[in-house]
Amino acid sequence: MTEKNKAILTGIHFMDGDTACAEGALAAGCRFFAGYPITPATEIAERMARRLPQVGGIYIQMEDELGSIAAVIGASYAGVKAMTATSGPGFSLMQENIGLAFMTEAPCVIVDIMRGGPSTGQPTMPSQQDVMQAKWGSHGDYEMISLAPSSVQEMFDLTIEAFNLAETYRTPVTVLADAIVGHMYERVKIPADEAIRIVNRKKPGVPPEKYAPFQPDNDLVPPMACFGEGYRFYATGLTHDESGKPRTSSAKAQQKLVQRLCDKIRKNAEKIVKIQEVMLEDAEVAVVAYGISSRAALSAVRKAREAGIKAGLLRLVTLWPFPDWHVSRIAKQTDAIIVPEMNYGQIVREVERAAKETPVIFLPKLGEEPHRPLEILDTIRRAK
Amino acid sequence: MMSEDSVHPLGRFLREGMIPHIWCEGCGNGIILNCFGRALGESEFDLNKIVVVSGIGCIGRLSGYTNTDSYHTTHGRPIAFATGAKLANPELKVVVISGDGDLFAIGGNHFIHAARRNIDIQVICANNFNYGMTGGQYGPTTPLEAWTTTTPYGNIEHPFNLVHLAAASGAVYVARWTTLHVRRLTESIKKALQKEGFSFIEVITPCPEIYGRRNKMGTGIDMMNWFKKASEVQHNYDPAKAGITPERIIVGEFVDIEKPTYGRLLREIIAKVQKGRG
Repeated sequence: MTEKNKAILTGIHFMDGDTACAEGALAAGCRFFAGYPITPATEIAERMARRLPQVGGIYIQMEDELGSIAAVIGASYAGVKAMTATSGPGFSLMQENIGLAFMTEAPCVIVDIMRGGPSTGQPTMPSQQDVMQAKWGSHGDYEMISLAPSSVQEMFDLTIEAFNLAETYRTPVTVLADAIVGHMYERVKIPADEAIRIVNRKKPGVPPEKYAPFQPDNDLVPPMACFGEGYRFYATGLTHDESGKPRTSSAKAQQKLVQRLCDKIRKNAEKIVKIQEVMLEDAEVAVVAYGISSRAALSAVRKAREAGIKAGLLRLVTLWPFPDWHVSRIAKQTDAIIVPEMNYGQIVREVERAAKETPVIFLPKLGEEPHRPLEILDTIRRAK
Repeated sequence: MMSEDSVHPLGRFLREGMIPHIWCEGCGNGIILNCFGRALGESEFDLNKIVVVSGIGCIGRLSGYTNTDSYHTTHGRPIAFATGAKLANPELKVVVISGDGDLFAIGGNHFIHAARRNIDIQVICANNFNYGMTGGQYGPTTPLEAWTTTTPYGNIEHPFNLVHLAAASGAVYVARWTTLHVRRLTESIKKALQKEGFSFIEVITPCPEIYGRRNKMGTGIDMMNWFKKASEVQHNYDPAKAGITPERIIVGEFVDIEKPTYGRLLREIIAKVQKGRG
């Protein structure tokens, strides 16, 4: 592979998911990485340590994950697209400043290559156990955007998408991949530079004396000045008004700010959400899956069709905001929904909520092995 | 002349909409803000390139009061935030102003590692010997035997000697002053701002309302008189021997050395790699 100081390595590659994630970040314009080594996300840091200097970017290995996410927010406020990558234990440590990134509307990307927990758990083994942590891990009300790649190609594509969403909505975005997608090798096509869509944050259209750093436009997103651009603004993790001034005891200010921070995601959920529908048109049984589990699910659905069973797959590319309306629609036309996931019941709760009366069958999986297509197929047969 | 008289001499360094400040009567934080403003005024910095970062605590509100780009982080994280901002845009002059609990208890790890890496940021610590904002609990600089709300039988923890910690961690400039030493403190801040690398200034500041009251130290003026009586200017003093006692507060410049910064070394690597020799 020729690297030659190019940010976008246009061509066909054979690489692992972590590496593809790093390449996606570079293609998206990421020029700052702060992280702390952790299995199974370390390869992202290693790739960034090698590649960022080639494109004039900054790599720093921080003392812990608390510092990593803080440095990422600092870099974002200094005007540079920034990311970190971690796994469950590190993701837990980052929750504090993920809240700060929401509160101060700092665009940034957090990649979590999920391993088995709780605690140190199984560092080298895959899981999908951080799905709810991504949604609820920090205190207070907020709306996380989380994307779940299911292939190495998607590690590349969705990392770019994560940066674009972060910049569009001035918000942190998580890429939630499992250790299998992070570590497996597959073919990846990196498009030509001009074929990659890049979004950059909105800049203020007013002079500094008229700039209010948290005054939103109609899309609920405030244009973002960065340090050193002459706007001399103040940002704080305290509840604040549009000017940035702390409003620590005004109920009105708290309501106004927190509602806007949530609504800028909620009201754009249909624009943000990506799903994939496979053979759902006439399906009587639907499998709702994401990440690595969705590949076994796809195989099971195909086998079911071969056996004459009308099965289909709804693959969740976006986990948060949760695509309720898609699940509800599928639920209305099917007799049963099957949810295989590598945890002891996380996304299945959301599916149950959206599916209403339609029965939901949960297929948990804990430990080393992903779901096998045949066990999902058996469940499809039983559901029929 | 009249119109000039009515303008606050530090007006251009203050974010007017944020004043009045939240600090108690007799608190030394205003003196630190004042000295910082004067140091900026007497230096040739473009105010558009100054970033003031603070953490949580009374002094943490300072970043709101400076008419610069400024950011108020979560508790303990201003140095890590500042590290990211400075590396991402080396043109910025990034100054962290925070308290002893923020920088040395919850944020202690970030302090020692930023000093070790020699990140080019300036750190000013307001040391008031306790957590004032939460009502006066003991912290990493509270003296042995001192009374706080969480040491109701006297403090049994040994305090950090901050200048020793900073020097041992690799800071290129280390000084200590009290809020009594306004002229020397201002000069010291000016020097730190000019310095390339991780600089650290500890400022001993009175907290008469919260800490002083419980320890029978009197008013803010009484505490300033204590500083006057106990402080001793000793430049180049061994920081290891500069622990603070009720009788003696060694102040002055402890460290002033040159060492390549992380940012400079990283940019050298980037230049080398981009020329294809990496």
